[in-house]
Amino acid sequence: MEPFDLTLIWAGIIAFGVIMYVLMDGFDLGVGILFPLAPDEESRDLMMNSVAPVWDGNETWLVLGGAGLLAAFPMVYSIMLPALYLGVFLMLSGLIFRGIAFEFRFKANRSRYLWNIAFAGGSTLAAFAQGMVVGKYIEGINTANGVYVGGPLDFVTPFTLLTGLGLVAGYALLGSTWTIMKTEGTTQAWARRMARPLLMIVLAVFGVISLWTPFVDEAVYERWFSNLHLIWVLPALALFFAWRIWHGVTHKREGSPFVATMGLFVFTYLGLLVSKWPYVVPPEITLYDAASAWESQLFLLLGLLFVIPIVLTYTAWTYWVFRGKVRAGDGYH
Amino acid sequence: MDLDPVLLSRIQFAFVVSFHAIFPVFTIGLASFIAFLETCAYASGNPLYTRLSKFWIKVFAVVFGMGVVSGIVMSFQFGTNWSNFSQATANFLGPVLSYEVVTAFFLEAAFLGILLFGRDRVPAGIYLFASFMVAIGTFISSFWILSANSWMHTPAGTVMENGMHQVVSWSEAIFNPSFWYRFTHMGLASFLTGGFVVASLSAWFLLKGREVEANRRALSMCLWLLLVIAPAQLWVGDLHGLNTLKHQPTKVAAMEGNWETSSNVPLLLFAWPDQQAQTNHWEVGIPGLASLILKHDTDGVVPGVSAVPREEQPPVAIVFWSFRVMVGLGMLMIAFAIAGLLLRPGGRYWRSRWFLKGLVPMGVAPFVAVLAGWFVTEIGRAPWLVYGQMTQAEGVTPSLTGGMALFTLIGYIVVYALVFTSGLYYLGRLFESGVEDAGHDSDLDQEEVERAKRPFSAAHVPLEHEGGRA
Ligand code: HDD
Ligand code: HEM
Ligand code: HEM
Repeated sequence: MEPFDLTLIWAGIIAFGVIMYVLMDGFDLGVGILFPLAPDEESRDLMMNSVAPVWDGNETWLVLGGAGLLAAFPMVYSIMLPALYLGVFLMLSGLIFRGIAFEFRFKANRSRYLWNIAFAGGSTLAAFAQGMVVGKYIEGINTANGVYVGGPLDFVTPFTLLTGLGLVAGYALLGSTWTIMKTEGTTQAWARRMARPLLMIVLAVFGVISLWTPFVDEAVYERWFSNLHLIWVLPALALFFAWRIWHGVTHKREGSPFVATMGLFVFTYLGLLVSKWPYVVPPEITLYDAASAWESQLFLLLGLLFVIPIVLTYTAWTYWVFRGKVRAGDGYH
Repeated sequence: MDLDPVLLSRIQFAFVVSFHAIFPVFTIGLASFIAFLETCAYASGNPLYTRLSKFWIKVFAVVFGMGVVSGIVMSFQFGTNWSNFSQATANFLGPVLSYEVVTAFFLEAAFLGILLFGRDRVPAGIYLFASFMVAIGTFISSFWILSANSWMHTPAGTVMENGMHQVVSWSEAIFNPSFWYRFTHMGLASFLTGGFVVASLSAWFLLKGREVEANRRALSMCLWLLLVIAPAQLWVGDLHGLNTLKHQPTKVAAMEGNWETSSNVPLLLFAWPDQQAQTNHWEVGIPGLASLILKHDTDGVVPGVSAVPREEQPPVAIVFWSFRVMVGLGMLMIAFAIAGLLLRPGGRYWRSRWFLKGLVPMGVAPFVAVLAGWFVTEIGRAPWLVYGQMTQAEGVTPSLTGGMALFTLIGYIVVYALVFTSGLYYLGRLFESGVEDAGHDSDLDQEEVERAKRPFSAAHVPLEHEGGRA
């Protein structure tokens, strides 16, 4: 018998990795989504410079999440990826294009507009595909004997299209509040103007999702309307942070809108996890069904315990080094 | 027409992994070369070594960047196209592949930044240490990935329980019977790649009369290195083949183009294997030599492909010819290394234009040999995914349709073609700018260290030619 429950620890690690990824790659994808709307080329330079030093560190959480999932919850990995086959392809293509655009836009002169398109298009595509993943997860996945049995386009439904849109708006909101924090002058003023409409879209989509899911999914309804009243704290906090964003933008605060947006994301995410717990591939497969062998979970955990603190320290250090406003002329041209 | 998802997934996997593998084999070799240059610079204080190192670090940065981008795709391939296989092998492959990613992750976090941007900001000793750590890190990365791959060829240390492999001995599984051969062979292949690319580019610069002193030195170092490792590769490759004979006799039979198990088998120099007729056309061979190589006796009995039923046979022609391409190039490399030694007197190795002209195209030879080698290994394994335990058809994603697999295959080809032509084009620009440039941008370096901690930005060469400013 195993001395302690590694599956639970791993669930915590993966959940932590996912939210780290969503928050961190979220704002830099958001900057990409907002790119075409920026007032001028100089603002675009500033926006890109503000995320240039950190974006690829942000993306490593995705790779770690993918590999960690294979190691700790292979059934999730081997059901979700086939179910989202085309979505995964689109997401990866989007990420590749924007990754390369980061590098080449600053070195390019004539072809710069092409890299602008690659950056904005890649970011939007990746965000939309990730939103659909979330939607499919909420809707549930068609499995039999631990294997995906649906069709290739099952992941495209009105609901997942809506969640795709929701995440694009959500990332754009993160991107705009990040830009408020990191820039000044016209760029900052523009980002402020973007933030409130984006917040409205996000709240609208989240609202529809929250109303929709309890009625399509009995288990979710049970969870929220049984006697577990404590969990209502989560949506309440999410709404509180939404108000803080509004307030921060209205009163021209620098950092608080971004912090509040992160809060909105975190509590929405926790709400989602609570709705589905303990299912990792809704509607049937739980955490424990999907787990790999105890020894395998332990084997990798030992390495991660060593590496994750180092990566977190390094990440914190990078953000510290690049703190403060980005200014014109700072960038590499 | 019926599209076969298994075949298309195999082509897709081969395409993306071949693409990915090109970059790491180069960076593994190059990272060690850079560490070596830094050691020379540290010990001798000669600025020439620093200049060389600066130039090659820029090249390293771009190639490493492309390795990372293409590697991200790899970590999802197992799940999208081989989900049954992922599920069945996850207890072993999951942690091992994760360790590969974690190593790369850790490397990037800690030492790559110092190597790329820290030259003037950390003490010389620490910089040297960082260059070693990056080199060692690339080896740790390939350690894990090759362990995973070798286990699929020669599974050990696991038992089947409820449809999943359970690890009973981590050490047997990680150090499975073909691991050390493959690791050594691949390590040498990486050094050969690094060595020949550097030699080729130095030869090109020398032909143009650019930075003669630095490039002469680089070429000389490479030729000494190649003189040792090119023959060593032949030796290790032979041991590798003998080991494969023990574990995967059918693969060796395909490599030799030998259909019937028999003694006194010739070493075929040319043949046209015909899977349908289970025989070869137009054979040209050296009598008894294959028996001699494989069994150390001209009368030794060599296994034949027909010993297994047709549906368990790999496609012989591809394996047979890929093997000849790899070994042929290996021989050519040995020839160049020896020629380099014979041309030492009087410094003819860097003055003789025909030798330099011959070296220039040799820069692509190791890449071709590496891919040919992987084709031998992987195609020769067919139809097995986990040798003797799971076939490709059993491992493929059950819900995958041929149409989807074809769609993403074409998609990856298009995306890679677009993105990597830009990358290769940029690499070409870097090469053009040459070692001279590397000495002069230290002010720029200084100004930019604070900002980017990412691979590509270590290179400052503009994407387009001068005059392209709009
Ligand atoms: C620079 C690259 C390079 C060069 C010059 C050679 N090889 Fe190689 N070879 C590889 C790069 C490679 C590789 C990419 O590293 C492979 C593929 C998988 C592996 O383990 O190594 C490989 C595989 C491979 C295999 C198949 C092993 C298996 O079944 O798993 C054999 C028998 C050889 N090699 C033998 C040779 C011989 C006799 C060579 C004579 C010079 C040689 N190789 C040169
Ligand atoms: C199935 C095959 C493979 C998978 C799934 C895979 C996965 C990956 C991933 C995800 C990365 C990027 C890590 C990051 O984010 O920094 C990476 C980079 C790397 N891979 Fe692989 N890889 C595979 C094959 C190989 C092989 C065959 C080798 C060499 C023997 C190799 C050596 C490396 C190295 C050294 C890096 C660091 C980046 C570089 O040097 O370009 N990989 N790989
Ligand atoms: C790095 C250079 C590599 C190259 C060039 C390469 C090449 C290939 C080729 C040509 C195939 C198709 C075989 C066929 O059609 O029968 C294949 C298949 C495959 N390889 Fe590799 N391979 C490499 C490394 C790896 C590694 C490191 C792994 C795993 C850790 C791996 C796992 C697989 C799998 C899962 C398949 C699909 C199933 C199969 O056809 O065997 N390969 N590879």
